Amino acid sequence: MSNVVPRVGWFAVAIVGAIALGTVALSRGESINAVWLVVAALCTYFIAYRFYSLYIAEKVLRLDPLRATPAMRYNDGLDYVPTNRYVLFGHHFAAIAGAGPLVGPVLAAQMGYLPGTLWILIGVVFAGAVQDFTVLMISTRRDGRSLGDIIRTEMGPAAGGIALVGVLLIMIILLAVLALVVVKALAGSPWGTFTVFATIPTAMVMGIYGRYIRPGRVGEMSAIGFVLLMSGLIFGQHVSQSPDLAPLFTYKGETLALIIIAYGFVASVLPVWLLLAPRDYLSTFLKVGTIIALAIGILVVMPDLKMPAVSRFIDGTGPVFSGSLFPFLFITIACGSVSGFHALISSGTTPKMLENEVQGRFIGYGGMLMESFVAIMAMIAASVLDPGVYFAMNSPAGLIGADVASAAHVISGWGFVVTPETLSQVAQDIGEKSILSRAGGAPTLAVGMAQIFQGFLGGKAMMGFWYHFAILFEALFILTTVDAGTRVARFMIQDLVGAVVPSFKATQSWTNNLAGSALAVLFWGYFLYTGVIDPLGGINTLWPLFGISNQMLAGIALIMCTVVLFKMKREKYAWVTLLPTTWLLICTLTAGLQKVFDSNPAIGFLAHAQKFGDALAQGKVLAPAKTAEEMSRIVFNDYVDVGLAAAFVLVVLSMLFYGVIAIRKALASPQVTAVEVGGGEVGHA
Amino acid sequence: MHERVKHLYNRFKQTARLMVGLPDYDNYVEHRRTTHPGEPIMNYEEFFRERQLSRYSGSNGRIGRCC
Repeated sequence: MSNVVPRVGWFAVAIVGAIALGTVALSRGESINAVWLVVAALCTYFIAYRFYSLYIAEKVLRLDPLRATPAMRYNDGLDYVPTNRYVLFGHHFAAIAGAGPLVGPVLAAQMGYLPGTLWILIGVVFAGAVQDFTVLMISTRRDGRSLGDIIRTEMGPAAGGIALVGVLLIMIILLAVLALVVVKALAGSPWGTFTVFATIPTAMVMGIYGRYIRPGRVGEMSAIGFVLLMSGLIFGQHVSQSPDLAPLFTYKGETLALIIIAYGFVASVLPVWLLLAPRDYLSTFLKVGTIIALAIGILVVMPDLKMPAVSRFIDGTGPVFSGSLFPFLFITIACGSVSGFHALISSGTTPKMLENEVQGRFIGYGGMLMESFVAIMAMIAASVLDPGVYFAMNSPAGLIGADVASAAHVISGWGFVVTPETLSQVAQDIGEKSILSRAGGAPTLAVGMAQIFQGFLGGKAMMGFWYHFAILFEALFILTTVDAGTRVARFMIQDLVGAVVPSFKATQSWTNNLAGSALAVLFWGYFLYTGVIDPLGGINTLWPLFGISNQMLAGIALIMCTVVLFKMKREKYAWVTLLPTTWLLICTLTAGLQKVFDSNPAIGFLAHAQKFGDALAQGKVLAPAKTAEEMSRIVFNDYVDVGLAAAFVLVVLSMLFYGVIAIRKALASPQVTAVEVGGGEVGHA
Repeated sequence: MHERVKHLYNRFKQTARLMVGLPDYDNYVEHRRTTHPGEPIMNYEEFFRERQLSRYSGSNGRIGRCC
């Protein structure tokens, strides 16, 4: 009898979820309410968490509540601390939530909200959350060791080395593309630029306060920082309207790129307490707070989705990103449904703080479900915009022209009717000169968020404030990532180069510090700058590369998980990781090869290089290049991108090769060969 | 009721601090007292600095945040 109530309850959740999903998927021609999307997502998450994650916990991984976790065995009150699961969930979520799940869905909305939403939901249940959860448990059973370390012991030193090079490549492309998102959001926007620049002195004031005045008072520091941040935001409007001040904060993309590159270098050399740490506090709290506010906003305002369920651009001719639905929709969404980067977090600090093995399910699987919900909210924010406005913001100037009249004309021609007046009006509402061709996701998301927030806080007069608040929120944590990421890249470079030149390894040396930072900044700065001057708008070129690299890392992590399951002699259940591995490998390899070899110059780098190379040979200059020199630079950049895409494909293939070898060895062995620690009762050692 | 609110507030504070890489200080002191009696215990300021440096030192390729 006692079983009946929960069963009826779960049955009801399944029915409600099915109805909501059906409404989302089948409605055509009329706009539907965003709440349907929220309900469909939540029901999917509840069912997946209750049944599938429990299956993985009990049958596949056999989590054992009696097995001591690293936090229990090495408790030191610092790194290894048994932590309440809700507190740890907050820590883990704050670490995995970033710009990726916000930007990807916004770009993917060009195909309509349906394809992206379906992949966000299916992907998280069968790939993303499975990866995060499994890696977390594998690392927990190995003293909380890192992904690279685990690959080395379970798959051999060569596989470990290749994985490390892969991670470094991802870091570089990630930093470039995130910095590009900021550049795209701030170019020509004095209000945004002033507000974001103001975060630097703000962070320094906080840093000095927390170091010398009231050491370690994180709450007080953050409160001071928040007040200064909001003052900067409000004063920013004054700056943008002042004829004297506005020009001081109005920059072209190229200049902003150079400023961010210089900033990245300086910030990674400065002591952490002065700039990085305080800004990290601010951005973390602002990020989590804004995500919660956005969820409340959507539920209170209940906006209608104006984007069609499926747009005509599923054929791959869309202006926002090139390439057809398969594989590029999956590559574009990336982090919101499966993110390889999470494998680094799940094998980082979180496994050292798990109180009990069985809580890994809530933190690993549950944390990723939450991240996926952020992606769903980003999809909603992009879809509440008028599609005409969405395409005006996300199409490159080369396609829609540089003024509202031509943009409205071209976009209406695509079937998304919009008037020039609407485009000017939106720009005026948000306090900007123009909204045309502001690719990169952040501005689109900001307009969507402003539209939702003004619905319950402040009305239309507050649109400008909320728009710039949203820009600030994204720029703040992106810049924190750029800063922290440059530092990590620097240590990785020092490690790799140090293998050849041992003296380069000493991280305390100032010469090494400067040289390592300069190299790290140079690498991502190069891709950032080429992105800014890219004729297709940069995001178009760099985001797929980032997506491929991120999904590639997920593929690597899942190959490792599969190998470990075979080595544990749990091959009967290996389909759980084998299924997403196969899908990710198919996606990344297809996308990688298309980026290199596709005959369409909008997709394939070689075709693009050939187009410009041929024109150059005939003495012609193709737009947007203005000189023969610019032409040859475009050709050169194409070849660099070819090299990068090819490197990703090679990394994936070699990991697959080592994975197959390890699995065959495991199958041939009659015993468990996984290298775990602290088995106790379970008995694998 | 009062106890419950206080407990929730403490959990909230712990969560917010751990989000930026700062574990519970009282717990650290308690741990040092019980398992390493007589050995030195960092004061809060030292503890704060040690944790801050360790979060961003990036040693052994540790990455504390995501895209």
